[in-house]
Amino acid sequence: MLLDVGRFVRNDIRGKLCVALFVLALSFAARNGAAFSLSGQAGAPSAPQQTPPVPTPPQPTNTPPATGLNIVVLDPAHGGTDLGARGTGGIHESDIVLEFAAQVRTALEAQGFQVVQTRQGNANPSFDDRSAMANAQRGAIFVTLHIASTGVPGTARVYVMNDMAPGTDATGLIPWDRAQAPFVSLSRKLGDLVSALLAQRFKGSPAVAQTASVRQLRTTAAPAIAVEISSVTVEDRAQLDHMAPGVADAIARGAAAFRPTYVVPANPGERP
Amino acid sequence: MTPRWRSWLLGALFLAVMVAAIYLPILRRNIRQAARLQQRSEEQARRELTQPTVINPSDPKVKAKLFWASGSDDGTVSPVTVELPLSNEPVLRAKQVLNTLLAGPVDTELRTVPSDAALLAFYLLPDGTAIADFSEALGTSTPSGIQSEQMAVDSIARTLEANVPKVQRLKILIHGQEVETLAGHLDLSQAFPVNANAGSSRPRAAATPGPAAATPALTPAATTVKLTQSPDNNSSTKP
Repeated sequence: MLLDVGRFVRNDIRGKLCVALFVLALSFAARNGAAFSLSGQAGAPSAPQQTPPVPTPPQPTNTPPATGLNIVVLDPAHGGTDLGARGTGGIHESDIVLEFAAQVRTALEAQGFQVVQTRQGNANPSFDDRSAMANAQRGAIFVTLHIASTGVPGTARVYVMNDMAPGTDATGLIPWDRAQAPFVSLSRKLGDLVSALLAQRFKGSPAVAQTASVRQLRTTAAPAIAVEISSVTVEDRAQLDHMAPGVADAIARGAAAFRPTYVVPANPGERP
Repeated sequence: MTPRWRSWLLGALFLAVMVAAIYLPILRRNIRQAARLQQRSEEQARRELTQPTVINPSDPKVKAKLFWASGSDDGTVSPVTVELPLSNEPVLRAKQVLNTLLAGPVDTELRTVPSDAALLAFYLLPDGTAIADFSEALGTSTPSGIQSEQMAVDSIARTLEANVPKVQRLKILIHGQEVETLAGHLDLSQAFPVNANAGSSRPRAAATPGPAAATPALTPAATTVKLTQSPDNNSSTKP
């Protein structure tokens, strides 16, 4: 039977036509995201495997509610020509936070989070660009990392935005510059969790989150905190490097503890 | 003849060298002194231009509260009571207390705003919004960091709060311009409420009141991204 089919394909023009049609059908199906496997098909064309990967289509709005927090947007502050705080020993905030971010990322991934970083190298996205990266996610929290030029060396603090009235414009939309307003309480809850863990690890650090009008947090539409470590004035950079694992662990464990309390709505505009 | 001419010449040269050795240090000293005088007069002129408000001794002396660093390394500010002759006119009074704040405390370690910063102008709008315009040094010399920048704004806002009751909000400008941040972190694009929450330990960012329960959504520059509706409403966390 199989031999007859093979002879038909090789010798008959109709057989060749059938194979060509089959290949075309496969290509079309793969391009449209059809879910089937090509493995194990003898003589199957390789064309579908060479097509560029198709991005996962966005979930329709009537899908079941998402289970919760999955993504952490990690923001190493400053970068590019903006060095941030500068110590007398040549320590730059923009460099240190990038190294901290690498360790925080590893710790978060170990907790099962997907991490999106606002910058990988020495770039300097604008405040709004960084916020936009967070605002494009659903079920995310935002953590911005800073090194201060003041404060007791070896301590770390968490800041959340001051209370903001969630004003809306004539269309009923929240203005971009007040995107944090609906999330302030959730941010405070996340901030308190991370603060408590940092205070356990670094003596002299406040056990609860502080409030401040941090520019980066204001336009972020997600639970958002700023973690500030003291400081660039240390004589030896190793003092800061030694803090990185502890800071990473506190952020990751704080985010993991926050996860069950943050019920991410299935659809934008719905209550959580 | 030739040897005598040579000895005269050598003598003259020696004399010239001696005169130069004496005169040059004097000349150098004079040049430095002149430069110092010029610098001082420039600084004096700048002070006179930027700080026209002087304490008028005829004004009634009141106990003014000026907020500098508490010294506890926790980023807080605390009041220091100073007896000052202050005007009853709110704008003049605000200038007087802010200039005293900028002059700094006795203990320079407790300073919250840089010593080279100056108040360029101060306005008070009828709705209680105060606009304080500082020189660029406020942005460039304030230590970069959330804590240090928050302390600088705290000390300014709370000093106004304690001494100028008419001020309801504070907007900070740098050299006449609205800036995004003070030194890279703290948001200066919004006004800070003053005399709004007397019990609060920190000034809170001003927010225009709006319908809090409306369906919130977000309007970035180009696209519209809807948000979750007031997640705080169902939250059981502290207010």
